[in-house]
Amino acid sequence: MTILRGKEIEVYFGSKLVLKKVGFSVLEGELAAIIGANGAGKTTLLRVLSGIIKPSKGEVLFFDKPIKNVDLKQLAYLPQKSNFDAQFPLRVFDMVQLGWGTKGIFGRNGYRETKNVGWALEQVGLEGFEKRFFTELSGGQQQLVLLAKTLYAKPRLIFLDEPTTGLDPLARKRFYDLLVSLRERLGLTILIVSHDQEAVLEVASKLLVLDEGKIVYDGQPVAPGLWNKTSASLPQGGD
Amino acid sequence: MEMLNFAFMQRALIAVLVIGLVSSIASFFVILRRLAFIGAGISHSAFGGIALGLVLGINPLGTAGIFGVLVAVFVAWLSRRGAVYEDTAIGIFFSGAMAFGIALLSLGKGYYGDAMSYLFGNVLAVSTTDLWILALTGSVVLAFLLSYFRALLCLSFNEECAKASGLPVNFLYYGLMISLALTVVVAAKTVGVVLASALLVVPGATGFQFSKDYKVILVVSVVSSLISALSGLWLSYQFGLASGASIVLVATLIFFLAFLFSPKRDGVFR
Repeated sequence: MTILRGKEIEVYFGSKLVLKKVGFSVLEGELAAIIGANGAGKTTLLRVLSGIIKPSKGEVLFFDKPIKNVDLKQLAYLPQKSNFDAQFPLRVFDMVQLGWGTKGIFGRNGYRETKNVGWALEQVGLEGFEKRFFTELSGGQQQLVLLAKTLYAKPRLIFLDEPTTGLDPLARKRFYDLLVSLRERLGLTILIVSHDQEAVLEVASKLLVLDEGKIVYDGQPVAPGLWNKTSASLPQGGD
Repeated sequence: MEMLNFAFMQRALIAVLVIGLVSSIASFFVILRRLAFIGAGISHSAFGGIALGLVLGINPLGTAGIFGVLVAVFVAWLSRRGAVYEDTAIGIFFSGAMAFGIALLSLGKGYYGDAMSYLFGNVLAVSTTDLWILALTGSVVLAFLLSYFRALLCLSFNEECAKASGLPVNFLYYGLMISLALTVVVAAKTVGVVLASALLVVPGATGFQFSKDYKVILVVSVVSSLISALSGLWLSYQFGLASGASIVLVATLIFFLAFLFSPKRDGVFR
């Protein structure tokens, strides 16, 4: 079943056309990787798909409903590491809940919240981290806490923007293995933008290649460079 | 507490408690979002509004509020559009609005000795009307900051995450900027617009010396701000010091003590 469909998406920044009639679809439970060179429009596409920015033209459908009509708890977004403050003064418990439930100054720590935070941390292998300070965690652990934050509301689809930037090779491998495991265990659909082509191709079930704002490959993951040779025979998505 | 036998000291006490509370919570977000220069810019810009009020013969706190809010909204709008860097926009408005105020006062026909009390503060000159304005403005700022505290926290961490969670990021951002401008209005009569920026920075900065948990930081900000306000007022009464200066000096002293003995890291004397 198609969970996400982009139809003829165009985005202008000023007079510059950043995404050009981008169309594709993602099936429920897929792990789709979006790759491409710097400036290809990957992050912009992810922001459009997650509802952070509105496209200039075209639309994004979640289970065939316009994304603006969707309960946002079904979607979650993990931003690029460079866009958040690693010294942000929160305990892990508060960080996982941040953005979900905005009542009260000190947040809620009732039975339901404690259970949900515990569940989310367990999914990423950080059981018992609730009281730790976010600032005292390693870069890899911070990234896992933010992944737990995306899982907190039990979404059906998560968007990850360059989640392994700044991580060492071992931490990267663990992160990708965890994504595969989450997909299998929770039936989660994952859309990931990454520069880490080789690693992401090993775990992805679908590959989208962007070049200068256009999708030039949409299909099964193939080795880097091969999409140029095969893309001509593959259908462009967004049926 | 013989000083409280005087009505003007009772008004002064209420005024410093309001400013202490409001500025401490605003200050938490100023430090969290690294808005210290914006705080300084908005507070100095408010002088243009104060001069306008003095020349027109209406309560300068009202005109300072309108002026400060307009500057804050315009700076926020410019920086969000990416047309001008935030610090550039502030640098322009800061000096432009102050120049506007000075030019107005020099053109006006009257004597505007009161301008000095708005520049450097005179808590002893707080009237009952001023107190009502402070209480009303302070309540609006507190109501916004406390009602949207967790949402503002999320926005401060990452705007994209906040937007993806469905939070109204533009409303929150502009609301925060307007709150900072109104906090300056609350502080203008008490510590003056020149020193108001200190109250938008120092209590939060003190709180951040104490913990890596925002809850502790917030509590320390509020407590240190209230201590500064009360002891500053007392010092001002006892030694005939300018009230604004004594409040800010106590706040600065508390910050240095917190910095030196910070439990967060090995302090200078450890």
